[in-house]
Amino acid sequence: MALHNILTSSGDWMRGDGPHHQIVVSSRVRLARNLRNFAFPGWAKKNERLQILETIKPQVELLPEMSDAFSVYSQDLSALEKQVLVERHLISREHAAKGMGSAVVMNRRQTLSIMINEEDHLRMQAIRSGLQLKSVFKMIDKVDSLLEERLDFAFSPQLGYLTACPTNVGTGMRASAMVHLPALVMSEQINQVIQAVNKIGLAVRGLYGEGTEALGNLFQVSNQTTLGEKEEDIIARLHKVIEQIIEHEQNARQLLLQKKPNTLLDHIGRGYGILQHAYSMNSKEALNLLSFMKLGIDLGFFPEPCRQPVDELFMETQPAHLQKGTAQKLAADERDSLRAEIIRAKLGAFPKPSVGTPGPDQAAGNP
Amino acid sequence: MNCDVCQTNQATVFLTQIVDGKMQKVNLCEACSKEKGVTDPTGFALADLLLGLGAAQEMERGGTVQKCPTCGFTQADFKKTGRLGCGACYQTFSDGLAALLKGMHKGTEHIGKVPARALQSIERETQMRSLQRDLRKAVAAEDYESAAQLRDQLKQFDVR
Ligand SMILES: [Zn+2]
Ligand SMILES: [Zn+2]
Repeated sequence: MALHNILTSSGDWMRGDGPHHQIVVSSRVRLARNLRNFAFPGWAKKNERLQILETIKPQVELLPEMSDAFSVYSQDLSALEKQVLVERHLISREHAAKGMGSAVVMNRRQTLSIMINEEDHLRMQAIRSGLQLKSVFKMIDKVDSLLEERLDFAFSPQLGYLTACPTNVGTGMRASAMVHLPALVMSEQINQVIQAVNKIGLAVRGLYGEGTEALGNLFQVSNQTTLGEKEEDIIARLHKVIEQIIEHEQNARQLLLQKKPNTLLDHIGRGYGILQHAYSMNSKEALNLLSFMKLGIDLGFFPEPCRQPVDELFMETQPAHLQKGTAQKLAADERDSLRAEIIRAKLGAFPKPSVGTPGPDQAAGNP
Repeated sequence: MNCDVCQTNQATVFLTQIVDGKMQKVNLCEACSKEKGVTDPTGFALADLLLGLGAAQEMERGGTVQKCPTCGFTQADFKKTGRLGCGACYQTFSDGLAALLKGMHKGTEHIGKVPARALQSIERETQMRSLQRDLRKAVAAEDYESAAQLRDQLKQFDVR
């Protein structure tokens, strides 16, 4: 199966039909594993890395889920192709920097991807749309059990799965959900939420952007620790916290609708207007305005069929996705024009937001 | 304020994270934050970084062994990368790692999934040890008939 075929179809997880998909974009679980008696990839010499790769890759390709897989050595992927896979969350940025001695195998539906010789010999991940951490964990756990029948993993009864970095030792598991929280950001409650979640050993951070900035109001919530807790317990804890975050976001939306309808509609209306009429747009602006469109659809200001095009634009306006159709590398300003063009084409036929007649915003402190 | 990683450039990215009540602070320059993948939340990198900066020092304090006999990895290498060389390194540097792991995780012992293969070998070892114990007892009691049977059973373990 060629990469081209994979990339022309969007992955299953991007289709946005899982439970709570309005707020939870996707759920993902990643496991780190290493072979016994081999050095970790970062310390292994080239020959050893190649030997590890040729031990693991055929076994991964034999998995039933991988019967129609895309399997490729890192050196056979172009920089642009790698970047597209990074934007789709199918490989890590670290893996994109690898050459000879590494590989990636992913299924056709793009729900399962296995990196070989990333920081660990194996980094396997399953990803699905919406909040379904439990079923995503089951999926990757099954893959792990099948592989361990044929591969001898580095495991210590006391410390669990041994990983290159001590922060991953134990279960070697990182579970996460990507969440869209525009109302918590607009009502300035997001820092409170992040702090509360941090306190219980989970991490929240912006999906795009640097430092505390979260472009597109997209955040990732994940477990921070991997030793001393069972996989199922970590997943259950994370699931519960995300359910609470969903509730907070929904409450914040209701409160905005009641107390600050004009502020809310102003954001959505401007997003709609600019996206439909701009001729140059950088990726930061696009993500932020698309976030308001997504919120507008969630709140019923746009009809439901608008949802999929908007969800697709989050991915299609990323730099590598923009350029995958073009023959040569584009300069930043050319990318911005192309981005605006793609957005105009997709949103051109969208109806105006149907908002009824909102009352004025209530003054602060006047409930 | 200087960057915690390179110690030379001016820090522009400031991160704070609380793990089980323990506050972790890191200040980074633009270049190091990019290089360490702080901008890439899809990686494990941020957590590693936050936990990893003090890690090398902590390990040095606790451990006396300098070099892994299996892979040749040294404490100095850990200081550089925050990563270990091989699975055996966990055994080699266990003294230094103990405090480190305690600080970064919920517990110090794995209670999650065990690969079937490891389960089998753990069971096998327990069985073998118990047979060896019985054998020693039988020999001490001069019960040569039982001893012979136990020896046969142990031999079968070696073949399997
Ligand atoms: Zn620096
Ligand atoms: Zn070692």
